[in-house]
Amino acid sequence: MEGLKKSILASLWFMFLTLPIMGVFVNTIDKSVTWHLDRVLCVGVAAFVLSFLWRYMLEQKDKGRQEEEASSVEKVTFFNKLISSPKFYWPALVGVAVFAIAFPKLFSMYQVNVMTTALIYVVLGLGLNIVVGLAGLLDLGFVAFYAVGAYSYALMNMYWGISFWVALPLGALLGAICGILLGFPVLRLRGDYLAIVTLGFGEIIRLVLENWGSFTNGPAGISNIARPEFFGFAKGFLAQINFMYYLMLVLVIFTIFVVNRLKNSRIGRAWQALREDEIACQAMGIDKMKTKLMAFSLGATWAGMVGVVFAAKTTFINPASFTFLESAIILSIVVLGGMGSILGVILGALVLILLPEYMREFSEYRMLIFGAVMVLVMVFRPQGLVRDVRKKIDISAVKKALGGAHE
Amino acid sequence: MEYFLELFFSGLTRGSIYALIALGYTMVYGIIELINFAHGEIYMIGAFVGLVVAGVLSSFGFPAASIVILATIAAVIYAASYGYTIEKIAYRPLRGAPRLSPLISAIGMSIFLQNYVMLSQTSDFLSFPSLIPEFGFLKNYESMIGSTDFLIIAVAAIVMVGLNLFIKFTRMGKAMRATAQNRKMAMLVGINVDQVISATFVIGSALAAIGGVLIASHIGQINFFIGFIAGIKAFTAAVLGGIGSVPGAMLGGLILGWTESFCTGYVSSDYEDVFAFALLVLILIFRPSGLLGKAPIQKV
Repeated sequence: MEGLKKSILASLWFMFLTLPIMGVFVNTIDKSVTWHLDRVLCVGVAAFVLSFLWRYMLEQKDKGRQEEEASSVEKVTFFNKLISSPKFYWPALVGVAVFAIAFPKLFSMYQVNVMTTALIYVVLGLGLNIVVGLAGLLDLGFVAFYAVGAYSYALMNMYWGISFWVALPLGALLGAICGILLGFPVLRLRGDYLAIVTLGFGEIIRLVLENWGSFTNGPAGISNIARPEFFGFAKGFLAQINFMYYLMLVLVIFTIFVVNRLKNSRIGRAWQALREDEIACQAMGIDKMKTKLMAFSLGATWAGMVGVVFAAKTTFINPASFTFLESAIILSIVVLGGMGSILGVILGALVLILLPEYMREFSEYRMLIFGAVMVLVMVFRPQGLVRDVRKKIDISAVKKALGGAHE
Repeated sequence: MEYFLELFFSGLTRGSIYALIALGYTMVYGIIELINFAHGEIYMIGAFVGLVVAGVLSSFGFPAASIVILATIAAVIYAASYGYTIEKIAYRPLRGAPRLSPLISAIGMSIFLQNYVMLSQTSDFLSFPSLIPEFGFLKNYESMIGSTDFLIIAVAAIVMVGLNLFIKFTRMGKAMRATAQNRKMAMLVGINVDQVISATFVIGSALAAIGGVLIASHIGQINFFIGFIAGIKAFTAAVLGGIGSVPGAMLGGLILGWTESFCTGYVSSDYEDVFAFALLVLILIFRPSGLLGKAPIQKV
């Protein structure tokens, strides 16, 4: 009964809230007013139903938290079970590998192109995952490094005719340098200040690209960027698209390999310590400065490298591809997938990039859903799709090995 | 000299608006240490509600003077309601979560609200009716300061004085200061912290809506994206003055307004936004606590 009353109130409240924005449209040119009260009614009904769901979910979350606290055992999700047992792990990996290699043979050129884009976001997500997921530094201007990579190839190609294969490491290097340049002054800042500085930096880069017309062609962008040469292999348009796909696939595997190695290395563990508690981390003798710089520049390296690939793939770039929204999309890939988890980020990128692509009529609402999902995930499932499982050391076994010296 | 004064007054107008919006950021940050990313969107929603209400009222043939007042009141009420709802949905369930979580939730909320307005209204620019009537006085300065500029500066000044008095002397104001200083202690002495936080969001949003209606009427057009840039700039103003400090937000707004106005006037108008962002980056690097802010104590 109590719940019903609350839901009716919520429904009325949301109808009130949406009335002027959704219910009325004022045409300011011919001064006519169109009413859409049906939309407001829909909102009311939806709010009524959803408010039940909302309360139920919040209750479940509270219950879950209490249980977890009581039993002190972390819940293991389906995905974690899947990746932790070799019985599932190897066949799944082989299956994915075969599918990935055969992909261009099975599907049309359009699909291959879409998949290449998704793979670009996988690498971007993994790069940002180093900064946000592992080191806990919220970077809202990640797309700036992506832009640095893309523009460095486009400009070098335009002015000096530098080829793709030379530009690829150069783009990565320039990304890393920019990461260090930005990282150096902002290291002292705490979480949310850092977020704002990086956002400001990203916007500055975009605005400069847009306004420095004599050098970057301004908002018109740079077209006719050369596609990569595959040492005489790929002649013709179709073959080039397929090769682009394979190139991205190699890059993804390379990224996964490196990030995975990094995660459990000394620096990777330092990042995770930094994420958990900065002061305690410093007290353990970790050089905060160096650790943060490494995270920033390594993340930026991937973005710079993928930027080069992006410029070569689309053969046209302009500043509109590098807005804050793009940064937000990459961030939501990391957050929704599960911060710190490599598998999570890959799944997040595939879901977020492929779903809107295959649901065309849906795509208008894409950003609306993005925003809503970001809020909902934070409220109900802060750890994302796949929870990052950390390596644990069994302390009792260590004690036994030490011969119970502490008894 | 003429040109200088013109820039000075245009900077003052801009600065007053930034200060109005910055107050919302600074109050929320002072109390729950959250950068309310959706605050710029509240300002944008305030402007849209003002536009819609003014349009509907004028189609019913209301007199101009009542339209100004009713549209502003509606904008304030709606912005406050949105602020209250956002806090309840996106931030309250996240109390006690790691610091990044509410920030990401706030970004999500901001993207959601932008697209919500874009899809239900349009993505085009809508022309905002000039609500503020042109009145002729200050004849000698007319080329430098119009009636809208004058009204914006006056309203901003009145609102700020009112807010300062509110925070200093009322019960709720005292509760806010207590909560900002130490939330747990405030709870222990019987302050309803949830209520205080809601009140902070409501007041901050109402101020942003006043700013929204004023600037929309001044510039003459709005679209769903105006909140983003204005929000970032108001945030810059808040940081510049020292986030968490109410007089700091006002000072920061004015300084930012003048910086922008003089830089675009004397250097180049292409890089208007770059100056604001560059100022933000520089302040955060060299004086993260702002001009009037206190340096945060690191708690171990």
